[in-house]
Order: sequence, then C-alpha cells, then structure tokens
Amino acid sequence: MSTPTLTRAGERSSLTKTGGEPLREKLFRWILIGCLSVGVVTLVVLLTYTIIRGWPRLDADLVMNMPSQVLPATAGAQSAITGTLWLMFFTALWTIPTGIAAAIYLEEYADPTHRINRIIEVNILNLAAVPSIIFGILGLAFISRGLGLGPTVLTGSLTLALLVLPTVVIASREAIRAVPRSIRMGSLALGATQWQTIWRQVLPSAVPGMATGSILALSRAIGEAAPLIMLGIGFVRFNPDGLQSSFTALPIQIFQWTTESRTEFKQLAAAASVVLLVILLAMNSIAIYIRNKTQKRW
Amino acid sequence: MTLQVDKRAAAAGTHGFLRQQRPRYGEVAVKGVLFAAASVAVATTVAIVVALVIPTIEFFSEVPITDFLFGTTWTPLFKDPQFGVVPLVVGTLVITAIACIVALPLGLGSAIYLSEYAPERLRQTLKPTLEVLAGIPTVVYGFFALTFMTPILKSVVPGDSLPTTFNALSAGLIMGVMIIPTVASLSEDAMAAVPNSLRQGAFALGSNQRQVSTRVVVPAALSGIAAAFILGISRAIGETMIVTVAAGLQPNITLNPLEFMETMTAFIASAGSGDVPTGSVEYKTIFAVGSLLFVFTFLLNMLSIRLVRRYREVYE
Repeated sequence: MSTPTLTRAGERSSLTKTGGEPLREKLFRWILIGCLSVGVVTLVVLLTYTIIRGWPRLDADLVMNMPSQVLPATAGAQSAITGTLWLMFFTALWTIPTGIAAAIYLEEYADPTHRINRIIEVNILNLAAVPSIIFGILGLAFISRGLGLGPTVLTGSLTLALLVLPTVVIASREAIRAVPRSIRMGSLALGATQWQTIWRQVLPSAVPGMATGSILALSRAIGEAAPLIMLGIGFVRFNPDGLQSSFTALPIQIFQWTTESRTEFKQLAAAASVVLLVILLAMNSIAIYIRNKTQKRW
Repeated sequence: MTLQVDKRAAAAGTHGFLRQQRPRYGEVAVKGVLFAAASVAVATTVAIVVALVIPTIEFFSEVPITDFLFGTTWTPLFKDPQFGVVPLVVGTLVITAIACIVALPLGLGSAIYLSEYAPERLRQTLKPTLEVLAGIPTVVYGFFALTFMTPILKSVVPGDSLPTTFNALSAGLIMGVMIIPTVASLSEDAMAAVPNSLRQGAFALGSNQRQVSTRVVVPAALSGIAAAFILGISRAIGETMIVTVAAGLQPNITLNPLEFMETMTAFIASAGSGDVPTGSVEYKTIFAVGSLLFVFTFLLNMLSIRLVRRYREVYE
C-alpha cells in the first residue's frame, strides 16, 4: 500500500500546474488546508495553554512532594508519577509477549480461511474499538472485585494490558507481514523448521516494527483514566512497592485536581498534564527514532 | 524403515516428501502456545460479555426493562430511585452529534488534502502531527474543554442564553477535534487504496485536481470513508473523560448544547468511582448502562470492519 502513495502526489502535481488554477480550484484547496489546520492549530493551542497554565507549578516540588487535596501550594505528584511508571512497566510485561505471540500465530500459522482464525481476526479488530471504560467494567467485575485483587498495581496493569493488546497485535502483524516471503522460503529450503525460520529470520527483521508499535500502544495506555477510575484507583500519598500495592496514576491525579474548584488545583492539573505529555512525547520520540534508524529496505 | 517413511509420505499427500521423518513435538508445542496467545483476545471479548450480561439480567429482574429503556427520569442513587435511561442516551447522542459535526467534515477534508494534494514531504510531517493529536490523553482534553473552551464560549455566545459551567457544546467540540485523526487516517488509507489508473483516466479526460478528488477518488473510496465515519461515531459514543470533566454529571433531557448533560459513559465513571457496594442495585446499574453502551459501539464497530473489508476486496 505504500508504493502508490509515493507516486500519487508527485505525478499529478506536474499535470495540474499547466495553465494556472481557476478560482474554484484555489478555493477548494484552501478549504482543505483549512480543515487540516483546525487540528494542527488546536494541538498547538492546547500544548501552549497547558504549559502556560501549569508554568508556576512546574518546579521541583511537583516531582519531590506527594499529592495533597488541602495544600495546593506545595503539593506534588510523586506518587502519581511513580505509579504511572510501575503501571506501564507491568502492562508492557503482560501485553507485549502475548501480543507478539498472537501476531506470529495469525501471520505465520493461521489459515486465514479457517473459521476460528477469522473469528479471532474480526474479534481483535472489534476489541480495538471497544470503549476503554468497558475494559474498566471488565476489570472491576473480574479482576478487582471478582478475584478480590482490589485497586492494586496488578489489577491496573492487567486491565490496561487487555486494553492495548489488540493494538500491539495489529502493529506486530504489520511488522511481520513486511518481511518478504523470499526470506522464509530461503530458510525453509535450507532445512530450517517453521519455528526456526520464524525465530531466526522473521522475528529479528520484524523487531523494530514491533517495538515501534508496542511503544505507541503503551503510549495509549499511559493516558487512560477511565478504566482506572472504574477499578477504584484513587487518591494515594505513597509510592507503590509491589504488585499488591495500591497506587495512583497521573491521569487519575489530573482528573481529581481538575474537578477541584480552587484555581491552584487547576494549575496543578495543568502542571501534571505537562509531565504526562512529556513522558508521552519521550515515548513517541523513541518509537519514531527506532523506526527511522532501523527501517530495512528489502 | 524406508517402507514406513514411504507410507507416511503417501498418507501426507503431495507435500509428503517435504515432511520431516520424525514428529517434532517442539514445533507443535510452540504452535499451541502461540494459538493460546491469540485466543486471549477472544477470551477477553467473552469475559466482557459475561461480565456485562449476568449483572444486567439480575438488574432487569429488579427493574422492568421497559422502565429502563423508555423511562425519562434517571435518579439511581436517590432514596426513591428511577431507572429511565433516556436522559443518558439523549446526552450521549447530543454530544456525539456535536463531535461529528466537527470531526467528520474536517477529518474528510484533511484526508483529501493529505492523500491528493499534499506533496510527499509535507505529508510526512503532517501525518505524525495529526497522530500526536490522537495520542493526547483524554483527561487533558477534558481539562482543556473545561478551563479553556468553556470560558471562550461564555464570552462568545451572544444573548442571555449563557452556557453553564458544564455544557455539552465545549465537550462536544473538543471531542470532535480529538476524533479528527481517527477519521482522517482511516479515510486516507481508503483513498490510498484507490488505484492510480482511475485518477489518470480522469485526468486524461480533462478533469482537474478538484474534480478527480471529489468525483473519482472520494466515490471510489466511499466504503472506506463510511467505515472511518462510523468508527469516529463509535469513538465519540464511548469517550469518557472529556464528558465526565466538561459536560457535567447531572442527567438532563434537552437539545440545547449550552446546558449540562450526562452521558452513559460519564454515569458509569461517576458511579464506578464512588464506593458502590457489590451486588446492590446501584452496582448493577453500572452494568446495565455498560451493556447498552457496548451494544451501541459493538454494532457500529462491526459495520465499520465490514465496510473496510469491502474496499480491501475491491482494490487489493
């Protein structure tokens, strides 16, 4: 699908440039640019506004101090920041191996015409679009209250792992599909078994793509507040110290401060948002760096 | 020994001669593990359905289903509770409609520009920028809607009908912007799948860029664009944090976007964050509303997946 996109714009620009553009053409082009700029401008305004609003509180206290619901002047977000890091680590630990394994099965083993495999495929596509709060309900019913795990790091990370699993699978499948068939054929022809072929030839070539996809999937999980709210994760003034530890996360802390009426708390919410956006941006940059650095041309 | 091998080869059919001579249990085990991983997704869907259905059935044994679906008062946490879900559905639909008025045209316009007009290098910077927009946490959007958009609306809206602190319009507008990338990126995929020969044919007949875009590419990509729109609508219905923060937590049957209203998702989130005792009617309302939300989004998602399949079958 990438080959036609390369030629699409280029070929036609030479065609349209002959004889100048009539007014309606120009108008149409500007309307399209207008459509696109609404998104881009909003993004810039949102980022600028959040930074300006949170600027007075973007200090060391934000990272060093624990959250407070009474003393906004010195309150920090330390337990939320560490909570988010713990949460992401374990979400990644559960979801990335599972997602990659599922992707390998669907790309390398599954017969796409078989009924079960078709059900799995449609199911993953559908699951990717199920609202995150529904995953929260699932976590609430089965993990938090059903298994009696409570609002712990384990509950949160398991719920988020299920939430982003479809995204990891879809991204990993694309990475595996990008490895040309000839590589597999060559390996099989030399006597390797199917798993040897996958493990020694296909996976090493697909790792960058899978890493990029997984990081982007995790960057979706890191900003999720709705499922965590359902799990009963709330206000916590200490750092987590294990899977069974209760915790709080940045999106939850931002939500709580946003709903406080005093403006100092709104300021804190903005400052914590900036921290969350910086973590997100870092993750995205790593993903893009990996993609650009290791992109393989076959 | 040779005879045995030959027999097995014959039994395995035409590819028999490629088969190894002893069974490789490791290979089979690996395949089993991989299949199990792929089944996790199916198990998740089943678990979601089970988690929703059982408490919902229990809920309907206490509250008649007609009261739930057609009742117009939603006060599940009051002393004398009423379980009419209509106000939540109306709130959801009004905000979804506002979001769609923003996201569908702007998303389609962005997609046409990216696919048909933008030079390759510009495309390569614009697309990731739009994707960043999709990656902003929704709670940050909610904060933005409440503290930036609402004050602007208050100063812009003329007359006496001032928007309330929590209102559907600011939540809907910001949600619309959030959905633009979803609509744009899927529509653009569909347009990219339209073969170049169609464009070249139209150019050869003397069409200009605008005509090619609107009369050839968009109609040819229509099922994919429809899929993008439907997925956008599904996102809007399921979005939680923006509405919880900016649209209010009080049910309100009105079509006036300047008023507060509660959506299905916002109710679920607010009821879930409170300490509702497990097994109580209040606890079960979460699942009843959740079921309704799941049915809405599930149907939309399946429709969208079907439409994407259709254009893939035609062009790829």
